[in-house]
Amino acid sequence: MKIINVGASVTASNDKDAALLREEMRARGQLMINLMSSPGSGKTTLLSRLIRDLSEVKIAVMEADIESAVDAERIEALGAKAIQVHTDGMCHMDAGMTRAAVEALDDDAAQLIFLENVGNLICPAEYDTGAGLNMMILSVPEGDDKPLKYPLMFEQSDALVISKTDALPYFAFDLEKCAERARKLNPQIRVFPVSAKTGEGMEDLEAWLLERLAAY
Amino acid sequence: MHEMGIVLHLAKTLDETAEENKLTKIGRVTLQVGEVSGIMTDLFTDAFDYFKKKHPMLTECKLELETIPGVTWCDNCHKTYETVKYGKTCPHCGSGETWLLQGNECIIKEIEAE
Repeated sequence: MKIINVGASVTASNDKDAALLREEMRARGQLMINLMSSPGSGKTTLLSRLIRDLSEVKIAVMEADIESAVDAERIEALGAKAIQVHTDGMCHMDAGMTRAAVEALDDDAAQLIFLENVGNLICPAEYDTGAGLNMMILSVPEGDDKPLKYPLMFEQSDALVISKTDALPYFAFDLEKCAERARKLNPQIRVFPVSAKTGEGMEDLEAWLLERLAAY
Repeated sequence: MHEMGIVLHLAKTLDETAEENKLTKIGRVTLQVGEVSGIMTDLFTDAFDYFKKKHPMLTECKLELETIPGVTWCDNCHKTYETVKYGKTCPHCGSGETWLLQGNECIIKEIEAE
């Protein structure tokens, strides 16, 4: 027996796979966005709105859930290509699973590919999926204190979408305070308060997505 | 299933290390686990012991865990403190402008193998 000093993170192999996937997708001109949030924050509703508003962009969606195909069916009804990925009980998507999903999606024409990660504010933040952008959603009913409770998710995200702003009159949710807490953890984070229901704030988010796609 | 997921990632990284170093059997792996990494060490050990029976290279592998203490830095008074005891608020000055210095890692320190 010999002793080998490894000194690598447990996820070193995943990080390598993720970097490779990111590079391959960039070469094809495909921007993958890893969308993370709690269950019920409105991920599928937001995506439905984006698909309708950004009709000039070819969008595809990979819906990761532990069970069921309800989300993929909702997306397909809008005419976008969607696949349902089952994680078989796993709490997050990793780079290997994401690669398998991209291959199953099999759509080289898609320009913007959303990976709807498992609804969970903790584990998905710990694994690089190979996405070009990390975007998280926090819905108004969840409360403005979430950056304090799940800091890693906010640190890892390029954009924070605060969803369901049409519900602001009914909740003690302080938009300014929430954005300030998020920026304290991640000074570069872009904050977009939106309501996918009324369309409020969607323009800014959509302009930013188009800008990032063009720059990719 | 959080801990089992980490075991799978560990096994994949170990497989690659074994390939690079032409190893066939790993007898021991020492991990350094941060106090605030979110890993429950009891569950992690159980998940590892379950998994290793199905993974020939790890069947006889012993798992050793070392703890990396959580240490937080205060931007306001420039002192450090124990994360687990005091959380986000600095015990020296009461500031919330604090940052985790260490304690969320999960590192493969070394392996014993042939």
